Amino acid sequence: MNPKSDLPQGTLDLLILKVVALGPVHGYAIAQRLEQVSQHVVQVPQGSLYPALHRLENRGLLSADWKETETGREAKFYRLTAKGRAQLETEAASWERLTDAVALILKLSEGGAE
Amino acid sequence: MNWWQRLLRRKKMEEQLEKELRFHLDQHANELIASGVSPAEARRRARLRLGGPEQVKEECRDARGTRWLEDLFQDLRYALRTLRQRPGFAAVSLLTLALGTGATTVMFTVVNSVLLKPLPYPEADRLVTLNEQTEKVTSRIWGNLWAFAYPNYLDCKRESRSLTLAAWRYNGSTVSVNRQAEYVDGIEASYDLFSVVGVSPFRGRSFLPEEDRAGGEPVIIISSGLWQRLFAGNPGAIGSSLAFGGKPYTVVGIMPAGFRINEDEYDVFTPLAQNTSPSMQKRDMHPGIQVFARLQPGVTLAQAQTELSLIGHHLAEQFPESNKDRSFLAQPLHADVRDVESTLWLLLGAVSLVLLIACVNVASLMLARAVSRERELAMRVALGASRGRLVRQCLTESAVLSLSGGALGVLLAANGIGPFLKFWPGSLPRADEVHLDWRVLLFAIAVSLLSGLLFGLAPALRAPDRELEPTLRTGARMVGGSSRRLHSVFVISEIALAVVLLVSAGMLGHTLLWLSSRNPGVNIHNVLISRMALSPATLANRGEIRAAWQDVLDRARGVPGVDSVATVDTVPMRDGNNRIGYWTSADVPPADKTPLALATSVTPDYLKVMEIPLLKGRFFDDHDRQGSELVVVIDDVLAQLAFGKEEPIGKRLWIPGRESPFSANSDSSDPVRVVGVVGHVRYWGLAIDDQAEVRAQFYYPFAQVPDLLLRRWSELMSIAVRTSIAPLSVVQPLRQELRGATGGAGGDQALYEVHTMEQLASDSLARQRFLLLLFGIFAALALVLACIGIYGVLAYLTGQRVPEIGIRMALGAKPNNVMWLVLRQSLGMIFIGVALGTAATLGAGRVLLKFVDGMQPTDLGTFAITIPLLVLAALFASFLPARRASHVDPVIALRQD
Repeated sequence: MNPKSDLPQGTLDLLILKVVALGPVHGYAIAQRLEQVSQHVVQVPQGSLYPALHRLENRGLLSADWKETETGREAKFYRLTAKGRAQLETEAASWERLTDAVALILKLSEGGAE
Repeated sequence: MNWWQRLLRRKKMEEQLEKELRFHLDQHANELIASGVSPAEARRRARLRLGGPEQVKEECRDARGTRWLEDLFQDLRYALRTLRQRPGFAAVSLLTLALGTGATTVMFTVVNSVLLKPLPYPEADRLVTLNEQTEKVTSRIWGNLWAFAYPNYLDCKRESRSLTLAAWRYNGSTVSVNRQAEYVDGIEASYDLFSVVGVSPFRGRSFLPEEDRAGGEPVIIISSGLWQRLFAGNPGAIGSSLAFGGKPYTVVGIMPAGFRINEDEYDVFTPLAQNTSPSMQKRDMHPGIQVFARLQPGVTLAQAQTELSLIGHHLAEQFPESNKDRSFLAQPLHADVRDVESTLWLLLGAVSLVLLIACVNVASLMLARAVSRERELAMRVALGASRGRLVRQCLTESAVLSLSGGALGVLLAANGIGPFLKFWPGSLPRADEVHLDWRVLLFAIAVSLLSGLLFGLAPALRAPDRELEPTLRTGARMVGGSSRRLHSVFVISEIALAVVLLVSAGMLGHTLLWLSSRNPGVNIHNVLISRMALSPATLANRGEIRAAWQDVLDRARGVPGVDSVATVDTVPMRDGNNRIGYWTSADVPPADKTPLALATSVTPDYLKVMEIPLLKGRFFDDHDRQGSELVVVIDDVLAQLAFGKEEPIGKRLWIPGRESPFSANSDSSDPVRVVGVVGHVRYWGLAIDDQAEVRAQFYYPFAQVPDLLLRRWSELMSIAVRTSIAPLSVVQPLRQELRGATGGAGGDQALYEVHTMEQLASDSLARQRFLLLLFGIFAALALVLACIGIYGVLAYLTGQRVPEIGIRMALGAKPNNVMWLVLRQSLGMIFIGVALGTAATLGAGRVLLKFVDGMQPTDLGTFAITIPLLVLAALFASFLPARRASHVDPVIALRQD
């Protein structure tokens, strides 16, 4: 059995925005960071990472330019735009509200079962 | 980046996408290698982790947001490629659509220009026309509407705050410059008529208010046509003088070409108030004054009407004798196109049927193609194409086809409008305003897109609507039952539509033949009819008029080739008539109760010229003159109506005084003696005379028209000439002889509106002939299109049945059996189509009966000619595929697929 669970719908964008918010970063690094941060608990489908990046870029939440990496190769670095930062804040807030609510409900039902 | 920038940099973006993914894979692989994995294994794992690069790329492209446009371009390229692969299919479809939309566009262009477009004046929707309105019906021709009395017009103009009024009245006469004389139509216009309609002279100026006054400076404005004819377009014409109606005028302005009032072009304009005839001063006289007005800014028609009613009310109180129960009515000014309206709608209806056939045709071709492409489409679905994607691709293909067909159609239409207008009988109102404009282009695009949608939809909806596997596994030989049924429906509806058009054309042809074979009541061969204007100087002098007409007759008789000649005021089958009441006792009832007859004033030779049969009694002679007993000759219709079976000769009729041509006294009625009975003449033309409201006719001698009325009668006079040679060949010598240069008149007598009687008779059927011509063309088009459709469908269906036919032949079927197999299929469709079409024809026939004068009801003969024609053509179209089927080589057929 695979111990890792799938990423809930719509959270990939939020995670990407959060990772990019830390500083300009290229696609592969984002994938790495996501896997590290989620400590191998959450399966990030790498195949949907790039379409998500392109979508976010298309919506103006990210901007991108080509820069050299420390190894001397050219890579596409993503940055958060002002719009993206605002989006990140609202999404993060609503995510917290959601998880709090879910946690609350789960506690209630445990209490009821006792 | 905008979406279009992204689109333009598509290639660069593709490269960047590729580079980005490669960077990711390399990076991942390098890390794995660094941790001790072999390079090949590292690369494998990296790729596995990322997923299929092509799928990732595809999703990234989707995320870009320009996907629909890229797909559109792809579909367009694909559509063009597939069309190029099947040039025959493309050519037939394009041609079909081009003919359909082309014909429809021509008709719509004309309908739009003539019926829908506003008049060619600025802000034409603010223009109204005014009439006097009585409470009861007082005029038998116009109902309760009257032209204005001039004093009433002046009062309305002064009082109205919501309207700017202008007035005009017809005034034709002879124009002469440098001994050139020409009879022209003119208008007496109030000084502000031009500013009210919003068109000013393109050279010179309009009238000044002080010129629109009795005794004002005699100034004249001429049309651009007359300027070309008389002054050869010389700008020096402004300020030069010309004589109109025998009076000298100074030219002050030239109207732009194409300037019209009420759909007519006029050559001269003079100030209205310079007309000092007594009828202009009286409130109870109505000398044909038309009133146009422009609504003041912000005023509605209803407000203007309220104000006019108020003015009418005041005037009725002030002048009860003339204005009691009389008010004023404002109506929007429209082009007067009533008599062509039904013709145009009929033609638009017929042409829509053609378009419908064209659409069905292309739809069936598309469907046939879609069915044969079923495997291709199934393959595409298997490779991951979505249902919506396939529908879009099919729609793109048909849109490409229909739009290019539409473009071709517009091209055809642009070239077809000229000939269409040239063939229009008589003159089409507003013909010079007919041209393609953006509305028409929009219409053509709408029509072709709509048809694209119509026939694109069927195959597109079919395409993904099946299980893939059986489609992929079977060969192309299977034809789904639903497709065969759909094809039959297409063929059947095409045939039905073609039947409707064909039979309608047949009915029109039958009607035209029948109408042309009717007796007009006169011998129309070798007769010349022309209006004739005496010299204005003669007309001004009442005592000279009779002698002048006698002189005209004498001179005309002397022209070589002329047999006999008469003067006549109203001519059969030409515009204009004179309806006069009659009664069989002195006790004449009120105006709306007396029966009417067509009255014609003639000189004694008229009967000889027209060769109208004399049935009883005598015609006029030189003894019927002023002072002798008033006499009339009636036609057999009037004899029957007035006297029944009694002997009419010697009886008397009473003519109500207000209408009588025998006296200027309007209070008492005039008794006249019937001295002869002649045959009925189809005065209203061959088509409508039988249904005409007023058919009874009588003739009265011009010599007995009293002196007081002589000038009015003379202004409307024509001459009728019977010739022994071709009538048109005497026109020139006659014109020369009658100018009056050698006689007492000043060389300014003129013939105008010259026709032969044959032309008039033929013109009276022009509308029917024109309808027949166009219905014939449309029907032929429909027939050809239907045949193409039948051929296409059968060729396709039999093509699909080749393996089956092969088996049949292998089992011993003869070529004849096979041919019959195919023909039977088409015969079934033809039969049902003809049956449905015949039913629909009954409806179409009723429409024609209602809108076409003299239309004959559907008869068996028409069906007996048109239906076999259609069946034969359809059979011929199915014969070719049938023959090909019968030549199938069973061995090859069985091996196929």
